[in-house]
Amino acid sequence: MDALTVHRLHFAFTAVFHYLFPQLTMGLALLLVILKTQALRTGKECYNHAARFWGRIFGINFAMGVVTGIPMEFQFGTNWALFSRASGGVIGQTLAMEGVFSFFLESSFLGAFLFGERRLGPRLHWLSAFLVFLGAWLSGFFIIATNAWMQHPVGYQLLPDGRFALASFWALLLNQWAWWQYMHTMTASVVTASVVMAALGAFYLLTRQHLEYGRMFVAMGVTAGLIASCILIFPTGDVQGRNIAYDQPATLAAMEGLFTNERGAPLMLVGQPNMSEKKLDNPIYLPRLLSFLTYRRWKAEVKGLDAFPEDRWPDNIPLLYFAYHIMAGLGTIFVAVLALAAYMLWRGRLYDTPLLLWALMLLAPFPYIATTAGWLTAEVGRQPWVVYGLMRTAVGSSVEVSAGNAMFTLIGFAGMYSLLAVLFLFLLYLEVQRGPEAAAEEHGAANGSGSALAAD
Amino acid sequence: MKEAHTETLWFCLVAIMFAGYAVFDGFDLGAGIVHLFVARTEAERRSVLASVGPVWDGNEVWLVAGGGILFFAFPVVYASGFQGFYLPLIIVLWLLILRGIAIEFRNKVSSLVWYPLWDVVFAGASALLAIFFGAAIGNVVRGVPLDRSGFFFLPLWANLRLMPTAGILDWFTIIVALGSLAALTVHGALWVAMKTAGAVAARAHKAAEVAWWAALVITALLVIIVPLVQPHLGHRFRDAPWGFVFPLAAATGMFGMKLLSSAGRATGAFLASCLYIVGMLTSAAFGLYPYLLPSSTDPAAGLAVYNSAAATYGLTVGLYWFIPGMALVAVYFVFVYRLSAEEKIPH
Repeated sequence: MDALTVHRLHFAFTAVFHYLFPQLTMGLALLLVILKTQALRTGKECYNHAARFWGRIFGINFAMGVVTGIPMEFQFGTNWALFSRASGGVIGQTLAMEGVFSFFLESSFLGAFLFGERRLGPRLHWLSAFLVFLGAWLSGFFIIATNAWMQHPVGYQLLPDGRFALASFWALLLNQWAWWQYMHTMTASVVTASVVMAALGAFYLLTRQHLEYGRMFVAMGVTAGLIASCILIFPTGDVQGRNIAYDQPATLAAMEGLFTNERGAPLMLVGQPNMSEKKLDNPIYLPRLLSFLTYRRWKAEVKGLDAFPEDRWPDNIPLLYFAYHIMAGLGTIFVAVLALAAYMLWRGRLYDTPLLLWALMLLAPFPYIATTAGWLTAEVGRQPWVVYGLMRTAVGSSVEVSAGNAMFTLIGFAGMYSLLAVLFLFLLYLEVQRGPEAAAEEHGAANGSGSALAAD
Repeated sequence: MKEAHTETLWFCLVAIMFAGYAVFDGFDLGAGIVHLFVARTEAERRSVLASVGPVWDGNEVWLVAGGGILFFAFPVVYASGFQGFYLPLIIVLWLLILRGIAIEFRNKVSSLVWYPLWDVVFAGASALLAIFFGAAIGNVVRGVPLDRSGFFFLPLWANLRLMPTAGILDWFTIIVALGSLAALTVHGALWVAMKTAGAVAARAHKAAEVAWWAALVITALLVIIVPLVQPHLGHRFRDAPWGFVFPLAAATGMFGMKLLSSAGRATGAFLASCLYIVGMLTSAAFGLYPYLLPSSTDPAAGLAVYNSAAATYGLTVGLYWFIPGMALVAVYFVFVYRLSAEEKIPH
């Protein structure tokens, strides 16, 4: 394996593993604010217990997100030195802002939220939950703004030595690609957190324990999840798809499995890209829908891959095609299941419909699969560029780091992350077993002994 | 050298970010180094962990933010340094992972095999991180074999001699690494002494006393050998003698912590330790200026404020968000530390 391939696998592996955690914490931060708001509004202590319970799950995920997140920032330099050297003058801006504006905020007030409830009192505790949410969502924005610049570079100028310099700060932050990608990503993380919450509620109901909380989690997860999964498709996914059509047309063709230019292009639902014959095997499609979705006209021409020179094609078209179809397909399934659950909830029959509770419970892993597929679509779709249209991935990696050294650290990360995954699942299982009522009892005990700090 | 005021300002801000990291995360690294010795029972261990539990993560953000600021202001240094120090940096990442997990997950399971496992991981990773960070400072002070391409790559070790044939670890960087270990041991022990009561505080006080002598000896040794290893540093202090305020601050901190600690003034001793750490790092930064990463083989190839910074527009814009941003950070830190400082941690 050549060094470039190892560097790409290195980043892909660490990024995919890392993103399993922040997607839950970003979405859960919003749900925690809602729980704390409900507690203030209604004065019911059960909302505070629920917030404490999810706070513990948040804490485990947050710790995993932090320790796997620091390697992401380091790898820009360690594994992608030439890319960093060229574009640090632009994206260093958003990465540094993330550190200053979000990480300090999030980490400071998460400590206050998890350890300081007794001393802060209800209003300041609500505020610390809100500031954790603000920090998490700001962090998401700065990272997406960084990624969006790589997808759709704006506000830069090229220096004589081949580096990029920032030409407009506001163009970088107001990059319209960034805002749509941001809203798409954040609603996806709300879907993840909502589905996880609903799934755990369904599990409690099906196993006949913690019934009060089970109902609360199902109701809240289904409601928030349905709203978010609708926004995921329209408008955010829709606009994002059209952004790709205009700014990365070869990527759109590859995502859709469209090998040739077509007027009235169909939307492919199923099929396998056949790269040697340049066609899609076993296609099932909806005629003309792609043209309509992309250009709002049934007979519009959509450019196929043959409109572009092959050295500008994404370098792994089958992976891109499947990643996109898995993401879009799962998104549609989320809307269907959550809409049905929301209807039954509204009719007051959801808690007595085991089949639907089973469906909700089993839905839990799928948002993770969908978001991973979504990021693969974005990142594989950007290839062969590391900065779209400006810098090829092949010239961005660290040339001084040999394939052997990179392989050593990739294996190291693989081993360490495997152990972390086992540890994480084990601790999550323990929290689920303990349940929300244990969180309530401990809070009482901590109040009694007068030390919330040592309770950890 | 052309005038480079904005670049120089960012050089100072980068130095401040890393000094902030050393002071803040330094004490929780130090607490990790000493906790096996100063805390023997489960309750004592918990009291040490509780003293860093709510703040360690915010402290570590100084490293992440400092890295971000370096990337933003001096992308050429970031790219060259992170690639060149590839292996030690990745090992630092693994240690940071293990250490964070140890702190966060230790108290999640009540078991006689769970606690000691994470206690040892916490201590070992903390000590190794102090050593690696010291070695990193040693490498930056000594310089690295940069050529005109602006890049280099160093193995972890070769033959322990100085450049150009050695690796990251040579006799000089090992001395700096041990100095860092001693300094952070004192720093962490003073923190624990300040934050706890009873037997733990007494043992921490004693640990600080012992490690202080090690820190003193290594610091004195460094004062002698650093100008020999990096002559640029000597020239800087000769050309701009006002820079002696930085080593003077370090010396004040060094002897201040001894006097205050002996007088039983735990908070004062800890603050003196902060002054010592900031004094040492700012002395190094002042002595290296204008270089961020000097070359050990070709002085003209060194990465300095005038040949490795981002363009001026970006640096100027950055000041408009950095200054209010860090003012907010100060507010958070005051709030969080006051919240956790209301009482001594019981056990």
